[in-house]
Amino acid sequence: MSVSLQLPRLEPAGIDGWMVRLFESIEEDNLLWLTALTRDCEAAFGQALIDLVPSYTTLLVVFDPLQISTWQARQSLVEVLAKLTPDEAGADEGELHELPTWYDPGVGPDLARVAERSAMTVDEVIDAHSRRDYRVFALGFSPGFAFMGLLDSRLHCPRLDTPRQKVPAGSVAMAGQQTAAYPAVTPGGWNLVGRTSARLFDRNREGFSLLKVGDRVRFVAVDQQTFEREGGDTAPAEAPSAEVTS
Amino acid sequence: MSTRAISGFRVTRAGPLALLQDSGRFGVRHLGVTQGGPADLHAWAWANRLTGNAWGTPVLEITFGGLELQAEGDLTIAVAGADLAARQNDKPLPLWRPVTLRQGERITFGTPSQGLRAYLAVAGGFAAEPVLGSVACVVREQLGGFDGQGRRLAEGDVLTIRADARTRPGTDEAPAAERPDYTAPVTLDLLPGAQIADFTGRSVFDAFNSDWQVDDRADRMGVRLTGPTLHCQTGSMVSEGISLGAVQVPPDGQPIVLLNDRQTIGGYPRLGNLTPLSASRLAQCQPGQTVRLRAVGAEHALREHRRFLAAFDPQPNARS
Repeated sequence: MSVSLQLPRLEPAGIDGWMVRLFESIEEDNLLWLTALTRDCEAAFGQALIDLVPSYTTLLVVFDPLQISTWQARQSLVEVLAKLTPDEAGADEGELHELPTWYDPGVGPDLARVAERSAMTVDEVIDAHSRRDYRVFALGFSPGFAFMGLLDSRLHCPRLDTPRQKVPAGSVAMAGQQTAAYPAVTPGGWNLVGRTSARLFDRNREGFSLLKVGDRVRFVAVDQQTFEREGGDTAPAEAPSAEVTS
Repeated sequence: MSTRAISGFRVTRAGPLALLQDSGRFGVRHLGVTQGGPADLHAWAWANRLTGNAWGTPVLEITFGGLELQAEGDLTIAVAGADLAARQNDKPLPLWRPVTLRQGERITFGTPSQGLRAYLAVAGGFAAEPVLGSVACVVREQLGGFDGQGRRLAEGDVLTIRADARTRPGTDEAPAAERPDYTAPVTLDLLPGAQIADFTGRSVFDAFNSDWQVDDRADRMGVRLTGPTLHCQTGSMVSEGISLGAVQVPPDGQPIVLLNDRQTIGGYPRLGNLTPLSASRLAQCQPGQTVRLRAVGAEHALREHRRFLAAFDPQPNARS
């Protein structure tokens, strides 16, 4: 990255988009600026707004090119940025979601390996993962898939060399310094440590996705009985595909 | 269903990939939900115009051919886009113009002779219940289509059409200038942006002065191009939003142009974005075809796009 260029920075993203770059690296405080910027853009663009995609360090703004020109959109963003103030840091920032999570080798087949890699016991891994509140930095990969962080540094672990073809819905996973829960059955290369009974994406729910950028998330360890009572699916996850085919 | 729907077609053979597409799913990308919509906006828009449908009316996108439909009533249709050797009963079906079908007649698609995707519109429009504001069918996300679950067409499906739709008089025929020869060498317009300054000078030169081959790793998510290796000083990036037509370059130096079903965020450096119509044109290129990239300014590209849209009269911000 060209660090000499000043931030924030507006970069062209097609005829109907601008990338607003606020930061170079992932910090939790970025969210205070990004959520404020997202809100200000909604107000500034009004009916001409098509989509806003916030992510760790950026906001992609997509507008209707029939209503405003690329240049007019840039002017609006310059004005928004000139007046931008971050949301106030505080305990009440972002909605808090508690995700009931059953940590178990059956639904979290990578639990033991993560523990071994971190020189911790399985119980210590569970404790370290469920102890802290995470922030949602970005949604992507699949509908309602929330990238959350940051993990306790002892839990940092690389992605699987060979992704699984099918990760069951609700799987709670870790990769690098981030954690996530899979809303639907998709392929996936993260380390699976448990499963939540929470419905993360529901087309019949207002807002569709349980989690949004800026929200806070707490994984609450529950036993199998509670997990099943909440509607959790106990079907075991497949091993990584490399192990299946070998 | 909010509008009365009647049976329009029965699918007697599904072919590899036929999907219902309106203009796309908008306003939900912050939830990780992709855009969907027609991979070739140009041919999709013409199919609707030829049948007198309003912008945004759902159309069938038929990729590679193989589809066989039987009309369940008297219908007016139009097929635009790729030449997939379509036939009406025993005779060739003319493209880029409205065609009248009688109940029981069959439309069959063969294999592509030029282009990859044909768009079949029916006067009045196909009817399906929108999911997250759109019927755009995205298989990977299990959203949209006739059943709302993102399912591609299957043998035995009954395709519903709107019984009460008001249509404008259709257009007789698309003018020759609007009917591309998809086999012709093509130059794609690229708006430089994103990380283009982080590519080496040599790579930027190569990007715009080389022939690129369309790879067979191509689908509605993206199209890979092969050619000279491009080098970027930026290695892995923090993931950020990706817009239509983004030209990303993974570590192997071979660009991928991201299309309608792309993931909403990604972490590879990008040269910029193809214009919407250039992305559409690329979506009609068969593997092995040669394309070149040309840098264009935003003002020029916007003017071109507005000129295209003006012919179809979409309502502002009524894209879904």
